[in-house]
Amino acid sequence: MEWEVVIGLEIHVQLSTKTKIFSGASTAFGAEPNTQACAVDLALPGTLPVFNENALRMAVMFGLAVNAEIGKRSVFERKNYFYPDLPKGYQTTQLAEPIVGPGFVDIETDDGVQRRVRLHHAHLEEDAGKSLHEDFHGMSGIDLNRAGTPLVEIVSEPDMRSSKEAAAYARKIHAIVTTLGICDGNMAEGSMRCDCNVSIRPKGEEKLGTRTELKNINSFRFIERAIDTEVARQIDLIEDGGTVVQETRLYDPDKNETRSMRSKEEANDYRYFPCPDLLPVIIDDSYIEAIRETLPELPDARRERFISEYNLSEYDAGVLSAYSAQADYYEQVVKLSGDTKLSANWVMGELAKFLNQNDTDIKDSPVSAEQLGGLLVRIKDNTISGNIAKKVFELMWSKGGTADEIIEAEGLKQVTDTGAIEKIVDEVIANAEKQVEQYKAAEPDKRGKMIGFFMGQVMKATGGKANPGAVTGILKQKLDALCD
Amino acid sequence: MFDKTLAELAQGLERGDYSSTELTQAYLQRINALDSRYNAFITLTEEQALAQAKAADEARAAGNGGALCGLPIAHKDLFCTQGVRTSSASKMLDNFVSPYDATIVSRLKNAGTVTLGKLNMDEFAMGSSNESSFYGPARNPWNTDCVPGGSSGGSAAAVAARLTPAATGSDTGGSIRQPAALCGITGLKPTYGRVSRYGMIAFASSLDQAGPMAQTAEDCGMILNAMAGFDPMDSTSAERDVEDYTAKLNQPLAGLKIGLPKEYFSAALDAGVAEQVRNAVAEFEKLGATVKEVSLPNTELCIPAYYILAPAEASSNLSRFDGVRYGYRCDNPVDLEDLYKRSRGEGFGTEVKRRIMVGAYALSAGYYDAYYNKAQQIRRMIQQDFVNVLNDVDVIMGPTTPKTAFKLGEKSSDPVSMYMEDIFTLSLNLAGLPGISVPCGQSNGLPVGLQIIGNYFAESKLLNVAHQFQQATDWHKQIPAGVEV
Repeated sequence: MEWEVVIGLEIHVQLSTKTKIFSGASTAFGAEPNTQACAVDLALPGTLPVFNENALRMAVMFGLAVNAEIGKRSVFERKNYFYPDLPKGYQTTQLAEPIVGPGFVDIETDDGVQRRVRLHHAHLEEDAGKSLHEDFHGMSGIDLNRAGTPLVEIVSEPDMRSSKEAAAYARKIHAIVTTLGICDGNMAEGSMRCDCNVSIRPKGEEKLGTRTELKNINSFRFIERAIDTEVARQIDLIEDGGTVVQETRLYDPDKNETRSMRSKEEANDYRYFPCPDLLPVIIDDSYIEAIRETLPELPDARRERFISEYNLSEYDAGVLSAYSAQADYYEQVVKLSGDTKLSANWVMGELAKFLNQNDTDIKDSPVSAEQLGGLLVRIKDNTISGNIAKKVFELMWSKGGTADEIIEAEGLKQVTDTGAIEKIVDEVIANAEKQVEQYKAAEPDKRGKMIGFFMGQVMKATGGKANPGAVTGILKQKLDALCD
Repeated sequence: MFDKTLAELAQGLERGDYSSTELTQAYLQRINALDSRYNAFITLTEEQALAQAKAADEARAAGNGGALCGLPIAHKDLFCTQGVRTSSASKMLDNFVSPYDATIVSRLKNAGTVTLGKLNMDEFAMGSSNESSFYGPARNPWNTDCVPGGSSGGSAAAVAARLTPAATGSDTGGSIRQPAALCGITGLKPTYGRVSRYGMIAFASSLDQAGPMAQTAEDCGMILNAMAGFDPMDSTSAERDVEDYTAKLNQPLAGLKIGLPKEYFSAALDAGVAEQVRNAVAEFEKLGATVKEVSLPNTELCIPAYYILAPAEASSNLSRFDGVRYGYRCDNPVDLEDLYKRSRGEGFGTEVKRRIMVGAYALSAGYYDAYYNKAQQIRRMIQQDFVNVLNDVDVIMGPTTPKTAFKLGEKSSDPVSMYMEDIFTLSLNLAGLPGISVPCGQSNGLPVGLQIIGNYFAESKLLNVAHQFQQATDWHKQIPAGVEV
């Protein structure tokens, strides 16, 4: 049977406010356990929440960026359950009246599938702390630094039909929140976490199959792999005559399998009710419009501009605009180099390769946009060749310095002096009798390819510094003269 | 000296009749000597009190003393006090020493008051008799076989026994007014939002309100002056200017329009209480007020609505007491579930557990609309009833409680009859309105309280009306037999 995959995502985005959503404690990542948890975060008796207006502003920015209705009245509710890293015994969240109503984003996968994914809503809530099970024998430690960090939970409709679409959607949300500057986008530190609701149904069937929820996936790659693994499991299960049970499952990237965490029957009754410690959040049109004025250019608009203004291909424009830090970097390189295509090739090519290999975010790149721009300028003005530029880039990455400093220090300046090149070409030809004979014997239309050998010899002799264009011309001229 | 009001003691300090240190020592001695009869205090803070008194004397000598500087008071034990046990009268918090001061505690400290100690109460403010306290019941100074009322029973008993000139209390369904009535003192529940709730251990967040308890309305006004006002730490506190609550005490009452709700004078009302309340109303007529009958038609719905909403909020508010971070933890938990179940099972008393279960039930899936939502609708109806009546009259008057103080143990096996104690008081919490209870007579040797209800933020008016009554009567000056002053 042919199966259709149905996926909906719930994405938790950590807002980059300085302080927590309901207290004045810092939200910075990586502090000593419990040093960033104040009386409110510890849920000491008598403490009360005060809503951080910055979190509201950021949620409204998000809503506007995904074409959503903004809730002019939103209400915090308490989601009641017991867990050691949930200090109050309830999570303050939004349910019936969220800050962001229905909206949508358009996505495109690597293989060109385009789709509009509808958002059911997005709501504000507080994060929980962390339980640390490894460090304490027979006990668990609790770190409440993260407790009260503001989150926006973005709930999509079940509109995605493949793991690739799910990953593309997650990337799009990532691009939007980083462009807006409301999230640092650092998935390894948990700034964006994803729950995937996955079900299958026979192709053509309207009714949704029973879904499972894959919890807390923190990379785009794992989203794809977890969904593929879960879909395969569901298909095997059903084709073997079984049924899918509604449950929460955990994806184990090491074993590439999903396993059951808890079933629907074990699910809590969360006893939601409006939080009596917080007033309903009421905003008006002028508040919303003032925020709309501050919105930066969004990824879709930037992509269009990259195509029209920079003449980039749709693919290049899509890749470069998908992450705001990368798009900013690219535009800075363009500004310096004056060459949109060359800049795109380098940002998506050599730079991306080094970033990937070293697992480095472009924001932390050891080679700045200024450095790379300076390098491209030297390619453009023929000071160095593209190949030498790669060598310069490698040195830049490992040791720092401007392109000019490295070229100077390493003596990599390209030889464009025709006299000097001619001298070397003559030597190369004189030392390669056999190859010259073969060249002469060849059909004229095959000779072009044979120039490669001589080219290699010249480059070897000059340490790669000879201008390739000049060398080709001189070689061709001298060799062809021998043939006449 | 112990018969003196806060205002009179302030004059004595001002005149130099005694220092704050002498005053504080005298009260501490008195508490040590007499409190075994009343069990009004959970914790005495002698060292802190004497240090505060010394500082107050110095401030006064330097000419920096305000109206409350150097005056001793005591706090209900649900207000967090830095460095001092704050128990909410629960085994759960018997070991909890607060690292911070509640907003009202710091405001009263800044005003120069001296904190004698922490006062007994019903556990987590849940009760009308003070019998649910982990530290045993406080007793009514008028008859120590009787309850002082609750939940601010220790506060009322301490003021009535003249162990402190004034105290703080909190009122979620009558917890200031009912014990004030039963102990023959004056107690004010302000408008919801008038006084910060930050640092007050929550029972039911949308109903809780802190207020003053003292011998007189004037004293209550003096304390409210320090307590009231917007607090950025409490989102539900009102961003509204604070009046001088003692400034209008002496305005004459000629032309005051009083409404008497017919529902408050029903068959459930004790005849002796009804008589004293009617006498009090007659006194107001003598002062120039006019009286008319009004109707609060949904009065009987108050109790069912309240006993859904208050427990619902409480069930969530008390979830933080889980044995993980502070407070009581059971011995040798075998796993997380065991830790939760036994810590909470052993740490909470019967009434608290009853309300947590009722509240959790009312909020659970499938029952929410039938209970919680319905109760919220009733709450709005009750509020509207009051708004309608208060468009027509200046204040509403009636009995604070249906009966005078009852015997210890009399109602402890019958929670519903205990809940009926609050029939006249808890509608104000549902509506968010201010109310004051003043002593207005005695029935069978026990005090009767008159409740005066005003419009939102009309605390000044309530204190004025109560003060004028106290200028004309001396019920507030009655001291229980056996309480030597």
